[in-house]
Amino acid sequence: MKKEKNNDTVKTVLKYIKKYRISIALSLFFAVVTVVLTLYLPILTGDAVDFMIEKGRVDFDSLAALIVKMAVIICLTGITQWVMNICNNKITYNVVRDIRQDAFKKLEILPLKYLDAHAPGDIVSRIIADADQFADGLLMGFTQAFTGILTIAGTLIFMLSINVWITIVVVIVTPLSFFVAGFISKRTYKMFQLQSKARGEQTSLIDEMIGNQKVVQAYSHEDKALEKFCTINEKLKKYSLNATFYSSITNPATRFVNNLVYAGVGVTGALFAINGYLTVGGLSCFLSYANQYTKPFNEISGVITELQNALACAARVFELINEEPQIPDQADAKSLESVKGEVAFNNVFFSYVPDKRLITDFNLHVKSGQRVAIVGPTGCGKTTVINLIMRFYDVNSGSIKIDGADIRQITRKSLRDNIGMVLQETWIKDGTIFDNIVIGKPSATMEEAVEAAKASHAHSFIKRLPNGYDTVVKEDGSNLSQGQKQLLCIARVMLLKPPVLILDEATSSIDTRTEIKIQNAFAKLMEGRTSFIVAHRLSTIQNADIILVMKDGNIIEQGNHESLLKQGGFYAGLYNSQFT
Amino acid sequence: MEMRLNVKNLLIYIKEYTKECILGPSFKLLEACFDLIVPLVMAAIIDNGIAMGDRGYIFKYGGVLVLLALVGLICSITAQYFAAKAATGFAANLRVALFKHIESLSFTEMDEIGTSTMITRMTSDINQLQSGVNMALRLFLRSPFIVFGAAIMAFTIDLKSALIFVVVIPLLAVVIFGIMLISMPLYKKVQSGLDNVLGITRQNLTGVRVIRAFNKEQAELENFSNGNEKLTQMQLFVGKISALTNPVTYVMINIALIVLLWVGGIQINTGKLTQGEVVAMVNYMSQILVELIKLANTIVLSTKAVACGGRVQSILEITSSMKDGDYTETTTGSVNSGTEVRFQHVGMSYKGAGANSVSDIDFTAKAGSVTGVIGGTGSGKSTLVNLIPRFYDVSEGCVMVGGKDVRSYELDTLRQKIGIVLQKAVLFHGTIRENILWGNPDASDEDVIEALKAAQAWEIVTGKDNGLDYVIQQGGRNLSGGQKQRFTIARALVRKPSILILDDSASALDFATDAKLRKSLQELPYKPTIFIVSQRTSSIQHADNILVLDDGELAGQGTHEELVKNCEVYREIYQSQI
Repeated sequence: MKKEKNNDTVKTVLKYIKKYRISIALSLFFAVVTVVLTLYLPILTGDAVDFMIEKGRVDFDSLAALIVKMAVIICLTGITQWVMNICNNKITYNVVRDIRQDAFKKLEILPLKYLDAHAPGDIVSRIIADADQFADGLLMGFTQAFTGILTIAGTLIFMLSINVWITIVVVIVTPLSFFVAGFISKRTYKMFQLQSKARGEQTSLIDEMIGNQKVVQAYSHEDKALEKFCTINEKLKKYSLNATFYSSITNPATRFVNNLVYAGVGVTGALFAINGYLTVGGLSCFLSYANQYTKPFNEISGVITELQNALACAARVFELINEEPQIPDQADAKSLESVKGEVAFNNVFFSYVPDKRLITDFNLHVKSGQRVAIVGPTGCGKTTVINLIMRFYDVNSGSIKIDGADIRQITRKSLRDNIGMVLQETWIKDGTIFDNIVIGKPSATMEEAVEAAKASHAHSFIKRLPNGYDTVVKEDGSNLSQGQKQLLCIARVMLLKPPVLILDEATSSIDTRTEIKIQNAFAKLMEGRTSFIVAHRLSTIQNADIILVMKDGNIIEQGNHESLLKQGGFYAGLYNSQFT
Repeated sequence: MEMRLNVKNLLIYIKEYTKECILGPSFKLLEACFDLIVPLVMAAIIDNGIAMGDRGYIFKYGGVLVLLALVGLICSITAQYFAAKAATGFAANLRVALFKHIESLSFTEMDEIGTSTMITRMTSDINQLQSGVNMALRLFLRSPFIVFGAAIMAFTIDLKSALIFVVVIPLLAVVIFGIMLISMPLYKKVQSGLDNVLGITRQNLTGVRVIRAFNKEQAELENFSNGNEKLTQMQLFVGKISALTNPVTYVMINIALIVLLWVGGIQINTGKLTQGEVVAMVNYMSQILVELIKLANTIVLSTKAVACGGRVQSILEITSSMKDGDYTETTTGSVNSGTEVRFQHVGMSYKGAGANSVSDIDFTAKAGSVTGVIGGTGSGKSTLVNLIPRFYDVSEGCVMVGGKDVRSYELDTLRQKIGIVLQKAVLFHGTIRENILWGNPDASDEDVIEALKAAQAWEIVTGKDNGLDYVIQQGGRNLSGGQKQRFTIARALVRKPSILILDDSASALDFATDAKLRKSLQELPYKPTIFIVSQRTSSIQHADNILVLDDGELAGQGTHEELVKNCEVYREIYQSQI
């Protein structure tokens, strides 16, 4: 099962890589050339040593020729190595760019159903961190795994061509380092676990105490917090020492094995040399092979983990890319023009999860210019109605029509162009205040933006910011209060003056006095426009034409403020509860 | 450069481990010495063992090689132990120092730095620093030592051939560090390119509804493509440069090698060198290459650690902008009574803000009176009450508590008198009792229960199986908003404060509970001076004095009746809520 998934991932990776097949062919070719040349050099060095036996017995002619040959080979190796590296970089970074691009493109057309169900942090880490990890792994795979394997194979062949027995010594002893490394890492795993557990414990304490530092200070609790911190810190120190120390034994241990190989080669090589089966040059060549041969082995366990990790990361990105996108606009989808603003729900059924019914047989007809208020307890489906009008979600059955046209038969763009929306959770884009106001109409002038800000009562706080409309605000809006952010979001809609308005708890973080000012502005904006307002505050909705009282996904009452009060039902109870 | 100086200051936290810091690298050097002897032993095997055909000699020196490997292993493990001990101990010391330091910062600095930054400094930055120190102790001395050691060994063999080392080592160093110097700032650019792409992605997720509502998908995709392309180009550019390191060093060291072979040949011919010695020289040359590459990697990693260290140090260097006063009182707890609070033409602006958040606030709250504070979003209500416990310092005028400027008090003394309930109800992991005892560690169970009752929170406790021992999860996740607010009020009441401040801290209570709470607060036997901040007129209607704030200025003060008559802002607020 898991293997199958791995295979799929590999296939997808190959699909992305295919585009760069010329670079790959080049990379592979140069890798082979580089490895062969690199391995050939020690042989030449050995030959060179053999040309200089002792005093008076140095063959300078042959040595000179050999040295020229070596110089050419060395330069050639340098060039091929560089070209190979560049090819690898090119493949890796381009492939990752393509993957990231596809992932982001997918993001723009994924249904909200998916995005609502997944934490933003998780998706971000797929597109950024996972893709990046994958790049690292891929690059390492290309540069190290491939050349590593080639080096091992090449060294074996070259060694065998010189002397079989010494080769056998090398082949038998070397994997030892591999086992030693594996043995140690298995033992240290538990210590790392203890360490990360203690780290987690400490982070959570830091999070709690530093995160709520103001309370800690207000109650002079600093010393107690420090005491607790120190206890955990001591524990962490102990575990950390164990984990760090035991894991750092790996390196000396593998080096020890390498040194044993070196000694083994030295002794056996020398014995063969006595019998004349090996020249001194051959021995020197063997010694450098022994080093080169063990190096990939030491690295290989790291490379394998890295590659596995890279594949796992890639799988996570691909999972996102392969998600089902939202249903595309119909081919013959019309564009809404000069909208009057009639909205109708006909026998709408909808639920987020199949077996949990939410909206059942919902009917509503809103005439152009009417003001609809939706009230009801939390989770009753108010926001859901908005999700459906904006077509963030599609109805399960029934239909929603604007000016008589089913919203599934018009383009999403034209639908949303005609609806202005202010949401409960404010969202500020990185950029200036001005950028944020003109988000729906980038061509707007500063005058228009100021006018919209004035209409939404945002102007007075904006002009007090350090750089006024040019003040840069961050996504988390840390330099703005919740209410100010809300005002900015309203200014955006003010600028657009769309035929249909949706205000979802739009004024929840604004004090009642400012709210009234905004209400007045909205009232002006809403003149002649169909509007939907979702709010807890009854003052917001009293002058609506239609009040929908929702409970458990159904409309249980419908009417205007007076008639609903007279009715003495759920709405009346809700309204009166604020005065008790 | 400046950063490096700063990081030096962190060294005091490793002082305790001076012994380890010396022993670790020393053992590492010892190991390196053994590494350096190996080629000599090999040369001896070649020149004596092979040349004489002496098997016994070969085995003996083979044994020496194994012995060297073994001693090297022991030295190296010892070194690793000392390095690990020093590094983890250093990190532990630093964490305590940083934690303590952050606790001493005032609200102004905390706002400026931001909690998430402080948490990253305490966790991931210090972790990186720990591995950096660990590695530096192990490798920083070893690599240069081997490089120079190999050169010196070469000199002991033959002066003329060793001169090649003198030429090639500085050249190699220049090339390796030159490439690093060029590519490192570029890597920073790559990182910021990545941050940019990350930012765009996150924005698109958090703002997905707005983006789709305003049909900005295409524009965002273009935006992302640009960022992505820029990142890729930058990566390729940096890649091209750093991909030079290996080939260039390879070429240089091997050119040096063939020069060595040529010179070696000449020296052998004149009898100044043996064959085995040339092989040893070749070995030293390749040892140098290996170590230089290791050194380059070490430097890359340690610059990261130095950057982390710089960030940690920059927090340690921030000093609290608040100077402690020296007026102290020995609080006896139970005899507390209300204290007068007076604002004299107070103005205050947050650091980096464009304008004053409150200005020219002037009023007196008599001992034992109730003051209501009302006003719109961002009108400065919280700012005003935050000045009383001196969470921030005024920029103009002064705040007096009990007839004394708050700045003359020792902070602990001042805050001991005050029970403040902040807007955000924060509780900590622990039992209900532990949480309430924050207010007064010496309180008995009776005191706790009394405070809970006054805060209308006793009924919550009796509803839990373990009563006061009920464990509240971190952040109070297992309580509702209203329950959390009532517990935070009880926490303030248990210290029987002279001044009680409720900063919009009853917003999640229903009207009935809110009314009961207000009534019980008025009946507190120790008669604290009370401040109630609220957006609801109903919460403050019955206060002795109501402060109406509008855009940071006092738009009016007086009783409810007076204000309805005379204050337009108040009237608007009041009427909006009927």
